[in-house]
Amino acid sequence: MKRLKPVDVVIVGGGFTGLLMAKEITARTSHSVVILERGPARKNGQYAAGMDELDYAVRLKMMQNLANETLTHRHSSKASAVPVRQYGSFQPGTGTGGAAEHWGGLSYRFGPEIFRLGSDLRERHPGSKITDNVTAQDWGVTYDELEANYWRSEQMMGVSGKAGNLRGEKITGGNIFEGPRRQEYPLPPHKTSYVTSLFQKTALDAGYHPYPLPAATLSQAYKNPDGVSRAGCAYCGFCTRFGCMIGAKAQPTNLLLPLLEHKKNFTLRAGSQVRRVIHRDGMAEGVSYTDASGEEFEQPARIVILSSWTLNNSRLLLLSKLGEPYDPNTGKGTLGKNLTHQVSANIRFFLDKHLNNFMGAGGLGFGIDDFDGSNGFDAERGLLRGGTMRVQSSGEGPLQGFGRIPPEETKAQWGSEWKKASLKWHDKSTQIAFEGGHFPYRQNYMDLDPTYTDGFGDPLIRLTLDWTDHERAQANMAIRVSTELARRMGAKVGEARNLGTRYSVTFYQSTHVQGGTIMGASPDQSVVNPWLQHWKMPNLWITGGSTFPQSASGNPTLTILATTYRAADALIDRYFKHPGALA
Amino acid sequence: MKRREFLTVPAKSLGGLLVYSLAGEVIRLQAQEGVVHVPLRFFTEAEARTVQAACARIFPTDESGPGATEANVIVYIDHQLAGPWGSDKRRYTKGPWVESFPEHGYQGKESPQELYRAGLPKLGEDFVSLPPARQDERLRAIERTTFFQLLRTHTIEGMFSDPLHGGNAGLIGWQLVGFPGPQMSYREEIDKYHGMPYEAKPKSLEQVLGRKVQGWEDEKS
Repeated sequence: MKRLKPVDVVIVGGGFTGLLMAKEITARTSHSVVILERGPARKNGQYAAGMDELDYAVRLKMMQNLANETLTHRHSSKASAVPVRQYGSFQPGTGTGGAAEHWGGLSYRFGPEIFRLGSDLRERHPGSKITDNVTAQDWGVTYDELEANYWRSEQMMGVSGKAGNLRGEKITGGNIFEGPRRQEYPLPPHKTSYVTSLFQKTALDAGYHPYPLPAATLSQAYKNPDGVSRAGCAYCGFCTRFGCMIGAKAQPTNLLLPLLEHKKNFTLRAGSQVRRVIHRDGMAEGVSYTDASGEEFEQPARIVILSSWTLNNSRLLLLSKLGEPYDPNTGKGTLGKNLTHQVSANIRFFLDKHLNNFMGAGGLGFGIDDFDGSNGFDAERGLLRGGTMRVQSSGEGPLQGFGRIPPEETKAQWGSEWKKASLKWHDKSTQIAFEGGHFPYRQNYMDLDPTYTDGFGDPLIRLTLDWTDHERAQANMAIRVSTELARRMGAKVGEARNLGTRYSVTFYQSTHVQGGTIMGASPDQSVVNPWLQHWKMPNLWITGGSTFPQSASGNPTLTILATTYRAADALIDRYFKHPGALA
Repeated sequence: MKRREFLTVPAKSLGGLLVYSLAGEVIRLQAQEGVVHVPLRFFTEAEARTVQAACARIFPTDESGPGATEANVIVYIDHQLAGPWGSDKRRYTKGPWVESFPEHGYQGKESPQELYRAGLPKLGEDFVSLPPARQDERLRAIERTTFFQLLRTHTIEGMFSDPLHGGNAGLIGWQLVGFPGPQMSYREEIDKYHGMPYEAKPKSLEQVLGRKVQGWEDEKS
């Protein structure tokens, strides 16, 4: 193994949070920073040739190559796991910019009670049977403490939307259920498509509170506080699962990479798969990695930051024997616990008009949060928390859109009758989609698989994960409410996609897998402290969704960025000056 | 070394111009005479003929418009199978191989190439020469197999993917469903075409960009 020249900071993963940490450190200090990114190098402005539905939306060209590395899944700790051989209920990214290159741009804040969900459930539902195995816990940081960093993240990306709660004042037209904001969104909401405005009107008529989705795809040209200028969204529809051809979607390669690439104290090495954190006597000493040619390196560093996607932060710590693996039988150990996904369900609805579904943007649409959080639910109905419902025009091409037919039209799946019906109904349907927060449970966790290995022979990460009655109740509620709304729109209601009896890896749900290296107020309960510093190894920091003790209904990226900004401040303003444990 | 195989197709399916309105009616049809020999990357000519005939039953040419034959779906499938996806370069293929719940998806060892090679003989050597009703019977008999599901998915993909992948010849699939192809902007259109179709002459990605674009199947791995 070749030993490289030591650096001040080594960051594992060149995605949104790794690049954000690097940008903050190199802008405010003279420390040397190296990012090791396993995937290919990417740059802004290379995406026009990627407006191809087959390679990107179907074959998922920008995602992690599962031939080299995947995960295994089982429904309970009594079963043995099998590998997820093809995508998939979620789609981890790879390469510079990570999953934030091909995300949809939805930029929600989490509601204040999510940050203290452990206390909230105990106060609201003492002794409830539903929460018997729920391991929700407080984050050690509150919404109010994070608010300034939410705003900083929204300004960086240029989030477009409409406030529904300005300093406690509820504002019609925005999301009145969101936490109090100190400022209006940086940009106004997007233009609307026919079907999203129909949903908005219908939801209003039904007495709900529709709001334009907060989107990091710019509604108009915008220059952020870092001086980065981007064009407004053109609604081309090649958005989620694609890189933006004009840079209107907030992506690490257009927001952060341009600020970093000419810095002398910054290096990004793509094609570099980090395989272990090297540590001795309670301190990290660097990482070892293998480059694209197969050569092995050791990169010594004073500080190690893990910024890879959720599963890999946990996997790297497990492979490095760093921390106590979680044991679901005893509840002891913190590494790998509180694995959550999101509860997703949807219904398809058909109108008698063309919807031009090929136009749009990942974040274009309206949502209602009238059934989110704990609004109106009670334990007697088996439901403690709901989720958010929305109709989006996120851009859908004919490969994904062809063949959607109302069930009563024909049962045929091929041939003349099917073709005729598919043509008749083409571009006339879309869905009301539900995303609900997923409680963490004692029995859902991750550890290393004893059987299956990656291309290097290292064990894969194993997910033990299944739904409970609470998630089924969330999904059933969503399907009932959405069906009523679709009928009110005058639509034919098509098939519902429910959770199923068991967790399934066969259809896409969301890429919002969270937990495993969670933050919290005590080292017995969490892996990192509220500043994202490892409790037992002060020069090891971890960023991203792996640090979230539970999932919320909203998309996690904005909260991932806000917690990363907070960590960057703590590292730069406190740790660099006085190295040691901050909590 | 494998003998080079060719598929012979009518020239009109490659260079002809077929224009369909959104309602699926033929507005203009300008056919060219003669035949073209398309070099095959994966199939033998006999296999290609069988696949072509099966695709023509899945997505037929009929009164509702052109189908898989006119779109050259067979060329699309041949290219996909010969590319990295056809030989599972992106799928996790380490053992042990075990059967599991349907919720764990396809856990078989066979790659798409192998599924085709194993599945095609089930249609019979005489498949191409059978009348359509008999061909449908044979297809119905394998309807629930992984191979058939793959063939059906590939047929749709070959109809509606960008022509850079070999199918959707003459943008016939996009004309059929009124998809304009990749366009740089709908900024002026998105809030105007409310409840009515946006009709534009489709353009392929290469036409939009004015340069050659390589599909994943054509990249050197």
